[in-house]
Order: sequence, then C-alpha cells, then structure tokens
Amino acid sequence: MIRGKPDEDDYWNNSKFKAFTFDDEDDDFTRLKESKRAVNSIRSLVEEEDEEDDVEKVSWSGEPVGSISWSVKETESSIRSTGEVRDQSFPKIHTAPSLPKNSSGYSLSSLFKGKAKTGSFQSFSESFGDPSIRNYAPELRKPKSEYKDYVSDWTPEETVKRMQQGKVYSLEKFRSLQDKLLLLDEAVNAHDGNVITAVLIYLKKSLSKEILFRELITREIALRHYIHYLKEIGEQKLLVELFKSMDRTEDMALMQYRDHLNVRDENKRRDFLKNCLSFPFSPDDATHVQDHYTLLERQIIIEANDKQVESSGQADIFKKYPRKASILNMPIITTLYYSCFYHYGESDGTFSSPANIRKTFRISDKQFLLTCLGARAKLKAWFDVDALFTTKNWLGYTKKRSPIGFHRIVDILQKNNAPVQVLQDYVNLVEDVEQKISLAQKYKCHDVIINTYRDLKDRQQLIVYRGKVERSSSEYRKIEEILSNSQLRWKN
Amino acid sequence: MAHSVRRDAPELPDFSLLKRLARDQLIYLLEQLPGRKDLFIEADLMSPLDRIANVTTLKQHDVDKLYKVEHKPIVSTSDQLCFLIRPRIKTVKWICDVVNADKAFGRFRRYKIIFSPQKFYACENLLEEQGIFGDVTTDEWSFYLLPLDDDIISLELPEFFRDYFLEGDQRWVRTAGSALHLLHSVYGPFSKVYGIGRCSKMAYESWREQVEEGEQRARQAEIGNVFLIDRDVDLVTPLCSQVVYEGLVDDIFRIKCGCVEFCPDVTSSDKSIKVMLNSQDKVFNEIRNEHFSQVFGFLSQKARNLQTAYDKRSGMDIKQMKTFVSEELKGLKQEHRLLSLHIGASESMMKKKTKQDFQELLKTEHSLLEGFEIRECISYIEEHINRQVSMVESMRLLCLLSLTENAFSLIYSSMSYFLSQSYGIEHLLTFSNLKQLGLLVEQQPGETLTVMESRVGKLVNDKTAGKLTDAFSSLAKKSNFRALGRRLNLVPKSDEEYDLRVPRDMAYIFSGAYIPLSCKLIEQVLERDGWTGLEEVTRMLNGHEFAVTAGSNGSDARVKTDSQRIILVMFLGGCTFSEISALRFLGREKGLKFIVVTTAITNSARLLESMLDNHA
Repeated sequence: MIRGKPDEDDYWNNSKFKAFTFDDEDDDFTRLKESKRAVNSIRSLVEEEDEEDDVEKVSWSGEPVGSISWSVKETESSIRSTGEVRDQSFPKIHTAPSLPKNSSGYSLSSLFKGKAKTGSFQSFSESFGDPSIRNYAPELRKPKSEYKDYVSDWTPEETVKRMQQGKVYSLEKFRSLQDKLLLLDEAVNAHDGNVITAVLIYLKKSLSKEILFRELITREIALRHYIHYLKEIGEQKLLVELFKSMDRTEDMALMQYRDHLNVRDENKRRDFLKNCLSFPFSPDDATHVQDHYTLLERQIIIEANDKQVESSGQADIFKKYPRKASILNMPIITTLYYSCFYHYGESDGTFSSPANIRKTFRISDKQFLLTCLGARAKLKAWFDVDALFTTKNWLGYTKKRSPIGFHRIVDILQKNNAPVQVLQDYVNLVEDVEQKISLAQKYKCHDVIINTYRDLKDRQQLIVYRGKVERSSSEYRKIEEILSNSQLRWKN
Repeated sequence: MAHSVRRDAPELPDFSLLKRLARDQLIYLLEQLPGRKDLFIEADLMSPLDRIANVTTLKQHDVDKLYKVEHKPIVSTSDQLCFLIRPRIKTVKWICDVVNADKAFGRFRRYKIIFSPQKFYACENLLEEQGIFGDVTTDEWSFYLLPLDDDIISLELPEFFRDYFLEGDQRWVRTAGSALHLLHSVYGPFSKVYGIGRCSKMAYESWREQVEEGEQRARQAEIGNVFLIDRDVDLVTPLCSQVVYEGLVDDIFRIKCGCVEFCPDVTSSDKSIKVMLNSQDKVFNEIRNEHFSQVFGFLSQKARNLQTAYDKRSGMDIKQMKTFVSEELKGLKQEHRLLSLHIGASESMMKKKTKQDFQELLKTEHSLLEGFEIRECISYIEEHINRQVSMVESMRLLCLLSLTENAFSLIYSSMSYFLSQSYGIEHLLTFSNLKQLGLLVEQQPGETLTVMESRVGKLVNDKTAGKLTDAFSSLAKKSNFRALGRRLNLVPKSDEEYDLRVPRDMAYIFSGAYIPLSCKLIEQVLERDGWTGLEEVTRMLNGHEFAVTAGSNGSDARVKTDSQRIILVMFLGGCTFSEISALRFLGREKGLKFIVVTTAITNSARLLESMLDNHA
C-alpha cells in the first residue's frame, strides 16, 4: 500500500497546495472511532457512520458488563479467530464504463504543474485512470506531521472517496465548470450512484440548467441518475425541459401522459388526455393515446346514461343483473364486454353498441368473437351464441364458422356453464376426431361419442363405451340399437 | 427421494452471526435516542426486523409504541419519534411533513431517522431543503444481510432490480459491495471471485476498495469462492413458471421473507396461518427441491409411515406407552401437523393450476424455449390476451417470446395493441419500461435508427465513447438465446424421456425442458476455473466477465480445503427458488455447497410487477 515515490514526497513538501493529511489518527473523531470500533466488530459497519452525527457516541464508552455492548464484544471475539496473515488483496479489474485510461506519461508533479499553469484539465482527468498514479491516495493517509485545518484542497478523487465513506467533505471549492465536471466524472468513475446523485444535486444548484443539460448529453450514466432523481423528487417540469433540450421528445410525451394517472375526476382526466393528443408521441403511442381519449369520452357518456336508466328501473337487464362497478377507466375489451352484456342489439349508430365499439377501436374478429361469446354465454343467451357463428352461403344454407378453433369455443362455453345440449353442438364441430372424442368424454356428450364411433365404424370402441354408461340410460339403448344394426359394416 | 449426498460435502458456515450483528447494532442505535420513544417502521422492513428481533427486544430499549409507515399524518403522543426506514425519497418527504406539521403546531419533539442499510445524500438533501436538517438526527443501520435459511441470504432490496436495470441508478452498487465486504470479513478471506455483468464488476470493485480501505484480519476462511452474476445476464429463467415445490409455493402463495401465509383453503380451517419455510421444517426440507409431480407420492408415503408409527401404540403395555408418549409422540404430532399442511398446500396448488390449464401453459413455455411451433405459441398468447386472462401472465409469455425469438419485433406492434386493449391503454408506459429493459424488443423503423446512429456516431468521437456501448446496447440487443442454448446445451432433446424421479441434470427444475442459463454458467465456470473456452458464450452475453484470484504474492498454496468447496453465489437483481434448487442439485452432484446471496428472492410476477407503471 505504501509506495514511497520521491516525486510525490517532493511535491507534497513544496507545492503551493497545502499539505493536508487524511490521517484519521489525528482526527478529532479518533476517540469516537475507537469506541465505535469496540461496538461494531465489523469495520465496514463503522466506516459507514456519519461522523458529524455521532458526537454523542463518544460519551458512550464505559459501559457496564451485561449491557448490549458487552454482548457485542462477545460477538466480536467470536468473529476474531487466529490464522496467518496473508496478502489477501485482490486485483483491480477494469470496470467499464469508465474514463478513458490512457497510460499518460506525466509524472505526478509535472501533472500538477501543468494544472497550475495551463489548466489542462483534460490530461489531468485522464491521468487519474493511470494505475501508477491512482495509488497515491492511500499514500496520503499515511501519518503526516501536521494537521492543517484546510479542507478545500481535496482532489475530485479524494472528495468522491470521502463521500463514499461518509466522511466530511466539501463541494464548494468546485466552482469552475471544469472542476465540476471533473468531480462528476470522478463520481461516475467510482460507480457509486449515491455519490453521483449527490454531485448532481450540487451541480443542479450551482449551474444553470442549460449548461447542466448540455454537459449531461454526453454523460449517459450521470444523465440517467439525474433523470431518476428528478422523477423521485417529482420535478416534472424540469424533466420535461431536460427531455426537450435533448430532443427526447417521445420520453417527454410519455412523461407528461403519465400524469393523467394523477387526475381523479373523469371529466378532468378526459380533458387532460385531449391535451395529450398534441404531444410528440411515436406513431404507435399516438394511436394508443387517441384511443384512450376516445374511450374515456365514450365511457363518460355511457356511464351517465346507464346510471340514469338503472336508477329509474326502466330496463330489465339492469334489474336482473345490477351493475357491479362503473365502466369508467376500464380497458377497451371490458367496455366491449359491457356493451355486449347490456347493449346487445343496439343500432350501430349508438356509442354504446358493440358494433360501434368494435369499429371505433379496430377490434379484430377474434377479439370480438371471444368477448361477445363470453358476454352472451354469461347471460345464457344461447340463441345469440349460435348466431355468432352462423353464416349463410349463397344458396341460403347455413353453416357454422369461427375464426378460432371450435375446441376453444367449447372450452369457453363450458366455463360459462353451458348445458350439454349446447355444448355438444359445438363439440360436434371440432374437426380433429381425436380432439372431438376427448372433449366429448370430458364434458359427457354421449351422443357425440356414440355417433363418432358409429361414423368411424369402430365397433370395439363402441362396445367399450357401452360399459361406461348406465344400463338403464337412453345412451345404452342407443348403442345397443347401433350395434344390432346389421346394415352397418364395421371395420372391426 | 432423498438424494445421495456426497459424503465429503463441506459444512455450511453459521450465518446466525449476521443476525446477531444486525440486532446488536440496532439496539445500539436505539440507545442513541435515550428515553421512551415511538418507533415508525417502513412496511417492508417489518418482516426482516421480525427475523432478527422481537417486540420485547424493542420494548426493552424504551420503544413505546410501534407504527407502520403509512405516509399519513401521525397520532403519536410521544416526545420522541424514531423512524426506521429505507432510504427512499417518498418516506423522507413524509417525515418532513410530520416534522413541519409539529413545528407549525409549536410542538417540540426529538426525531431520529435510522436508514437501513444506508443513507443516501438525496435523502439528507431533502431534509435540508425542507428545513429540518438538524432537527432530525440520522443514523445508519447497516443491516445488509438477512439469512433466510442455512444457504440463502437476502439483502431484501427488491427495488434493486428496477433501480439498476431500468432506471440505470447505481445507488445500490456500493451496498452490494458492502454486503460482500461484510461476508468477506466474517467468513472470508475469499480466494477467488468470478463474475459476469456490468453491475457485478462494479460491485466487485466497490468491495475490493472497501477491503483495501479496511484492515486485514487474519482468519481461517470459511467461504473460498465467490460468483457474482447480474440478473440481466439471464432474464429467461426467472420468467419461467416454477414447478419445483418451493418455487411453486412462491409463485402461488408468495413466500415473504422466508414465511408464507397459507389461506383457509390450505389449512382446511377457517383461518389462514403463517408458516416459516426453511430447513427446520423437516417435511418441507425433503420436498422443497423436488419437481411437483414427485411431491404427492412422497407425501403419501410419509403419511403411511406416520400411520405405522402411530399404530405402534396398540399392543403396548403401560410402560412402553409412557416412553412412547414422552419420547416419540411430540415429534410425531409435529410431523403430522407439517405433513397435513403441505398436503393441503399441494392440493390447493393442484386445484389452482388445473383451473388455469397449467399443462397447456407449460407446453407453450417449453415450445418457446425449444423454438418449436412458434406460430402456435403466438396464437396461444394472443388468445390469452384477448380473453383477458391474468395480465402479468400475458406479459410474461410475451417477454419470453421476445427473449427467445428475434422475430418478435415484427409482431411487437400488434401484440402491444392487443395488450393495451385488454388490460388498459395506460400500459403503454409499461411497454416503454419493458422495451428499455430489453424484455420486449420493438422493430426499429429505419428512420429512428439512423437518427440514433448519427448521434452515436457523433458521440464516438467524444472522449466518453466507452460509456456508450452500454447505454445503447439495448438498441442492438438481439436475443442470442437460441445460440446460447445450443452452445451450452440448455435445452435437452425433447424426444428423450426425462425421469423426474432421478434427475440427471439441473433441467429437472423445469420438467427436463430447460437448464437455467444462470446456473449452467456457474457450473461451467467452476468446472473450467474461469472463462476460458467460454469466449463465444460471453460475447453473446455482452461480455463483462471476470475471474480474479487473491494474493498474488506467491504464497498461494492452493490448499483444497473445505472452504474452497463452498461457493457463494451473489445474484444482483434477484434470484428464484428454482435457481436455488438447481444449485443445490449441482452442489450434491459435485460435492460442493452453494450459498446464495441475492438482492431479493424474485419470480416472474415480482419481476414484471416491478415494471408496471400504471398507477399514480
């Protein structure tokens, strides 16, 4: 750890920079540390403490046996065990991303001279990455003779280090823009988000936002910390400005859109959404937001109307199935379900009709069918269910068609407690024979099974199935009839 | 059921020490505010606190009343208020309001905030801005690590995932480093550290610095090796449905801080009960790592044994009966209670899963992992969404699809449309988060790309070029899952029969369909003692791998001590119970012991819920 570089020693004795030592031994807080060390056996626990706040703790030392500290010490002794001291140091690994690490040829002294004369900060910051120079910080912590009450000469690296350790620090001396940025880059380099944010808070206070924004554009990591910080403290306006200045208009739009969640009153929320329409969303999001506005607008109208109808007791449907909740702020599909439930059969022109909702929100055939099916099945309106699938061809024959496999339809109907008579119609429509039989067995559609086996001319299966049904049932008789039918040519 | 444990597997270190340390420090901190005081505790600190101390402990140190932080005006009449909180802006803001309200009333009290596990400058700055800095004293309770079980230690920081991976905030990096440092000081010194991921690298670096700053204490190492892994190295695994008992219990009932609340449905009584789930529960300990399909058989066997043990009573004379009652009966009763509990839980889970067509869901998941019948998967997911089945499930499936199938970007637009129609348009905010994280990938229209490219191009000339690769990596984030799967044999051939009773590899935790990428990496790196030979794999994972050895001063004797076979695996961003089960399996196979340290226990629902942005 201790690397005696003549260069460095020279520097520290001669430099106009006051030779400050970071020696904790001389610190006012040393005694405090000693007593704390006794309390916390794990050093890290101690190091994290804020020294300023701990003045009280100094008095806390001559504790009686049997108190907590006694037990703490006991803990400590159990931790400490013997063994040989080995060099346990681990190598540093390059932790990307970080400042460019050029192997700079500067010696430390020439570097500082350079700073004093020309203010060549770029090279200064670069050289921090140089491992040979990086190590001088521990050097400074070596006991030094005098303590000077002068804290403002900490380099960015030292400052960041002290902040990480929760020690006293001062940011006031970082006044020039270069110094501030150097400090920020050093904080980013230390990977400690807490310190990065702390530095950003200081920059926020001490730089105009235009300058800060400009500098953050090229500092992605710092920028993300800044955005997160602003989000957390709720500085919405500043965030919007930040996004604007960076041309991140979509983020800006989303950010503002997000605020609608804070608007409780539905009419105000609708107006808020209307206002959002002009924001620079991505094309996809713009469609979403337009839909959002339209949807809420419709819902407000439907809600007002239905509430009135329901309370006046005019419509049977509301009496039979009172509304459990308001339709406001529900998703599109829920709104469609609601409309299929309470407003089925209304003309396309009304806002609340399923057809209108379907058209307005470009609902796909599948989605429409599934939702409508669910709603009508819930009401046990089997006639409506049938109608959903029935199509007429040009000869006037009707046929059942579905954009979704009929096995799914059966599933949905069954979940809505459809009777076997209804179910079996749809099981029959399943094309895959095996699937058809397994569904029929699952839902006890005997006719379907029997007919299928008959059509397959599978005598064996039919005999097996006969064993599964009640002897006195009509199914049994039907199987008997088929089996005794001499006209059928069985395959087995 | 009981796997043959390799006899030479080393003993695990005793982690109860960590609890004692935390408790002692808390007591010390409470004594810093002498006299009676009311204590306000952040809601999600209550369970961790329960694990290390109880109300009596607090009362003994002058805590009068206990309150949960609810962000509402308070009713306390005490002259001293102590707040035990996470360093969150929202909570600190609330405290500011409390203090300022007191001030307005002319009421004088003493206030102390204890931040756990550390304070943030942003919080202190808020105190300053609100004019109460100085009125309030602050302290830190360095409660970094909560041992949840013999081999699980949690930082209990679920927000780590969102803060780091979504917001890009590195505030917890040093916390992770400090946690490692604590483990290193008490159970180290570690001799080897492997890792992968940007955050792992930073946490390593932070830990290394803290070691250098501190004094070296010589002691016998109990833990030799460490593996650090970022959660985003493998996002597929936590998104899969869990089918190992402990994972399934977590998915369905949510295990909180090692404790689960079983509903009346399970307990077959009229009240829910809270049960600790850990190795102390003998029944649970035997089934926790088993595939769910094996659990029923085991439980019924166990029930039969129990019956036999009870039956011994008949034909006993008085004396024998006396010994039976005094020696065996209590144990049997205990076992009986546990057994009926887990049987109840299994039944209830069975019922729930049958209801939601679990089989079909699993089939879809496995097809996605295999890259098989993708079209069917997509229509399954589409219908799932259209029917408004659980939103989190829908999102989970979509994310799995996106992570495993590059072509997903082509259907992103229509899928997000379906989602917003079914679950609410405000979820476009959630999509934005999922995209940011790379969980969903949207097709980039040519125009946007060129704008980006030009900006990237401009920045490449800048000094900070190094930072860009990460910042924009999500842009180029292509799913390499298929290639990784082939390279690491993550997906066993589906035509082979997989005997779940005698698992042959870690794939058993997913019914033999998939070996978790995270665990496979750990296995490979330990086997190779580094990353050599895995270059292609790490390239596909965006790099940031490392392997370092301590003590370069030549005295490396390479003693194959027990500590060398104890491996601490730290998941940055959370890990699932399934992964822990997989590592336990690996440990048994290789004669190793794994200790899992995680920022929090996670699962698909927790992971996705942390991405939701649909509430104010």
